[in-house]
Amino acid sequence: MSFTGNAITCIRSDRVVFQRLSFSVKDGEILYLKGPNGCGKSSLLRIMAGLLQPTEGVLYWNEENISKSVDSFLGDFQYIGHQNPVKGALSVKENLKIWAEIYNLKKNNISIDDALQAFKLDRLANLPARFLSAGQKRRLNLSRLSATDSRLWLLDEPSTSLDDAGSLCLKELISSHLERGNMVIMATHESNLVNGYTLNLAEFVFNE
Amino acid sequence: MTAFFSLLKRDLKLAFRQGSDSVMVIVFFIVVVVLFPLSIGPEQKILARISAGVIWVAALLAAMLSMDRLFAADYEDGSLDLLVISPHPTEILVLAKILAHWLTTGLPLIIVSPLLGVFLYLQADGFWVMIMSLLLGTPILSLIGAIGAALTLGARRSGVLISLLILPLFVPVLIFGVSAVDAALMGLPTRPQLLILGAFLLFAAALSPWASAAALRQAVE
Repeated sequence: MSFTGNAITCIRSDRVVFQRLSFSVKDGEILYLKGPNGCGKSSLLRIMAGLLQPTEGVLYWNEENISKSVDSFLGDFQYIGHQNPVKGALSVKENLKIWAEIYNLKKNNISIDDALQAFKLDRLANLPARFLSAGQKRRLNLSRLSATDSRLWLLDEPSTSLDDAGSLCLKELISSHLERGNMVIMATHESNLVNGYTLNLAEFVFNE
Repeated sequence: MTAFFSLLKRDLKLAFRQGSDSVMVIVFFIVVVVLFPLSIGPEQKILARISAGVIWVAALLAAMLSMDRLFAADYEDGSLDLLVISPHPTEILVLAKILAHWLTTGLPLIIVSPLLGVFLYLQADGFWVMIMSLLLGTPILSLIGAIGAALTLGARRSGVLISLLILPLFVPVLIFGVSAVDAALMGLPTRPQLLILGAFLLFAAALSPWASAAALRQAVE
């Protein structure tokens, strides 16, 4: 398994965010996206997730062009953005369940409860999600990672508003994900959680 | 298919727990209809003549009222991103949301419409046809409205914008919906009008999920 991007250029509202950027991630590898604010980390992650079309360049999933065979890629990755898609009127467990169902609950039967436990949310399972704090909502959003069976995780500053214990949970989750031979791409400003490659987006900024 | 029903169930649950949207739509519907006897006067002949038209127009406006929230909540909290990149066709998920919208706004309107018919002296012959025409017509409102809701995501004052975009498209539905009831009151066959409404419904059901999904993909960019 591999996830590769070749010569990707991103132009947003007539401004070149980055140009001719290439990357590659293989089984068991983690890639950190770094760089100053506004250098296009989130845009790159949204391009990887297929939410944004690159102005130029091609993405490959297992050497197959994603724009030609998108079905084999969809469902093989999880995207965690800035926002936490959490509905206040639903309980914590219901919130996680809906995404697990839409993203096909793991075949090897890791249950919703176990996924909540990974982020110490099991005791809040029946609480309406509107009572959660920002950090707890983040934990709930991240617990989607362990409730689904995806090879690739695209994480956009996942440790935002997490406390130390939460970051530790995230680190353990990422480590075990990588040990199982899966991939992670993660935008972050903090020091690396586990050893991996770093892509500095500042190098691809457009210079006239 | 599991995803379709999961999303449908979620939206219904949200509607029941928050409640306000459905209740608001029904109360608006009733208030608008009740305004007519108050302003025109309680003369039976006039009210009976305009009853079908008033109920249809009020239903249309009430349906518009909730339209802008159809995708807005999911757009604001990032759920829409996840729906668009899910392993299921966005069109199917959009259809689930439209169905949930109709079940929580269109269907209650149909249920209270006979009561409002009584307010306006609608004659007994017209009741079943009115319910039938609303049953065929209100899903069209939800389907076409979804395109407008998806197109205006992120726009300021999207509620007004949707109305301006969508209301002209509802004119044919309104014409055939009202004329079906009129035909029933005059003892004429109502089948042609209802069949045309059915055709509109099939056309909208085939077109709307594609158009809405395409607009949503644009919206999340």
